[in-house]
Amino acid sequence: MRALKDEGVKFIFGYPGGAALHIYDAIFKQKAFEHILVRHEQGATHAADGYSRATGKPGVALVTSGPGATNAITGLATAYMDSIPLIVISGQVQSHLIGTDSFQETDMIGISRPIVKHSFIVQDTKEIPRIVQEAFYIATSGRPGPVVIDIPKDKTDPTKLYDYKRAKQISIRSYQPKAIPHPGQIKKASKNILSAERPVIYAGGGVILGNAHKELMALNKVLKAPVTNTLMGLGAYPANDKYFMGMLGMHGTYQANMAMHNADLIIAIGARFDDRITNTPALFAPKARIIHIDVDPASISKIITADIPIVGQVKESISALIKEIKRSKLKIDSDALDAWNSQISTWRAKHGLDHELYLQKNKSKMILPQVVVQELYQATNGNAWVTSDVGQHQMFVAQYYHFNKPRRWINSGGLGTMGFGLPAAMGAKLAFPKDEVVCVTGEGSIQMCIQELSTCLQYNLPIKIININNEALGMVRQWQDMNYGGRHSASTYADSLPDFVKLAESYGHVGMKVTKQSQLRKTLDKAFAMKDRLVFVDVYVDPNEHVYPMLVAPSGSMQDMWIKKNTKA
Amino acid sequence: MKRIISILLENKPGALARVVGLFHQRGYNIESLNVGPVFDGTYSRMTVTTRGSENDVEQITKQINKIIDVIKVSDLTEGEHHEYEFILIKYNKFKLTPKIQKTLKPLSGKVLEKNIKVIVMSAFGPSSDIEKAIKTIGKSNLLEIARSGCLGLHEGEKVLKI
Repeated sequence: MRALKDEGVKFIFGYPGGAALHIYDAIFKQKAFEHILVRHEQGATHAADGYSRATGKPGVALVTSGPGATNAITGLATAYMDSIPLIVISGQVQSHLIGTDSFQETDMIGISRPIVKHSFIVQDTKEIPRIVQEAFYIATSGRPGPVVIDIPKDKTDPTKLYDYKRAKQISIRSYQPKAIPHPGQIKKASKNILSAERPVIYAGGGVILGNAHKELMALNKVLKAPVTNTLMGLGAYPANDKYFMGMLGMHGTYQANMAMHNADLIIAIGARFDDRITNTPALFAPKARIIHIDVDPASISKIITADIPIVGQVKESISALIKEIKRSKLKIDSDALDAWNSQISTWRAKHGLDHELYLQKNKSKMILPQVVVQELYQATNGNAWVTSDVGQHQMFVAQYYHFNKPRRWINSGGLGTMGFGLPAAMGAKLAFPKDEVVCVTGEGSIQMCIQELSTCLQYNLPIKIININNEALGMVRQWQDMNYGGRHSASTYADSLPDFVKLAESYGHVGMKVTKQSQLRKTLDKAFAMKDRLVFVDVYVDPNEHVYPMLVAPSGSMQDMWIKKNTKA
Repeated sequence: MKRIISILLENKPGALARVVGLFHQRGYNIESLNVGPVFDGTYSRMTVTTRGSENDVEQITKQINKIIDVIKVSDLTEGEHHEYEFILIKYNKFKLTPKIQKTLKPLSGKVLEKNIKVIVMSAFGPSSDIEKAIKTIGKSNLLEIARSGCLGLHEGEKVLKI
């Protein structure tokens, strides 16, 4: 307990059980942090993860052995794929029972190995303070990630007491993450940037994790280059800035993908050239030189070979780059850059997203899912913390909710975990109780962690849930429409959906249902006016909508896009 | 191309599994593996042979380096290096002909046990020479064989050390 308190822990999300009972008894006797009892361990890990993404501080989850531990696996994998600092403490059976298939025993260290940054098993009670301290250090430094601490029950025996020792400084000989970039590489990068004619800044989640959004803005004050953010990077660069092109990749904007394909220089910052970005790697950005800044050397030249690799913290690296650019005698060719920026405006005008769909008179009568997000943006003045689940609704938020600040957009980008949104919103709401926290979800995803509605009542978490209900697993169905002759195999269930209004009410919350666009804004306003209540807004939308643009895959490049149904750009 | 990767890792429970697991997770094969504590025993030296392109090996070494328990990694095949493997081999109804003796001599072949039923021999040398020798001796009457996996060191003054 003391070790956790010394790490500044405010909340622990958990679920008790036999092997964790000594720890739970100690929690009962302390006041340093609050324990949030979830309804399923997956919820605990996602809530801790959401807390971490919102605050930048590590989230903590506590689970028991066996099923408690295995239920935490999806949450660990989610955090691992998005490099989120998360500590999962799992109870373990008593030391002498390990390996005997005892009740609620599972090899947590073994099961979690491929999806954690590191893990510890406590072999001696005296080690606990050091292990906790090292776990927090490892989780938060370098490229962040989840760390598991597995504690056999006998190692938390309250009758055995030891002196508590906390090290002033941690030094792990096998772990020394690099912070400062190589000055030679910075010089090379600066030279390339200043001689580029068609540069693009491609910034990812690393900018947010590395708290480098101000530096990114400062860099582009100097460069005036077009900027695109990955799904994980939205908010790293303000969406309302004139140089912002929107998201890139699979469902990125036309102008962002075209800019990447035609650039002569790509400045990748805290991004990892994911397959949802590059499309076919061999066809990726054929004319571009690549500068790649990342704290993780293994991310560099993994998919796309970098011409100028820069290993270091993004914050330090961007600052060094700005200094070097300002110091340089070279000047960027502003005529070429102007022509490049106006080319991007032309692309935007040709096939850019329509951000004013909500103003149109609705002919189809069904509400468009894009309009739900646009109205939500209006209703919240763009200031909400928005979590999402996975699927079409996630892409619509990424495309149409303009994030001007980092950390406000919380979603499972790497693993793509349905069920993430609601518990993540709990974590964000606990961190920022006065702010508006919205979970945009779908009727498929929300049912994967729906039990957390009960947790929200217990701890009075007035989250707003916007359920974009198309009565189907929309993204699956979109792929089936496009690639499988419209055969909707196991992607529909319209005849068996719950009444979400009643469901929300049975959990003690407020439920609202919207079927017409004329009711949409009014209902949203009504929901947001209920400051101290969780409101579940079930919005029935046009089930036939697809997410566009969409990269043509497999074997397409970034300029090969479906721009609307049956139409390629 | 065959690659020999040397790794210094903390002598802690689970450290070996983290390295071995990584090869599987990232889709690379391990051809041979050898590990044992060195110096003060707080850390071990591990030698892994694998196959892959230059890019593959760069990615493997970077990923191994990311494992918290790994202290240092080096691809020995990048430069000149020593490469040795030790084998134990058991035959029955075996005739130690002059041809076999000649094959085993440069591999410091030794007879460890010999009676009417079996013969057990040891040999060490570069893996490719060992494989050639096994071929020459032939597979008839071969009962069992144990290989240490490749061991390697950089040539010259270059060292992999904490």
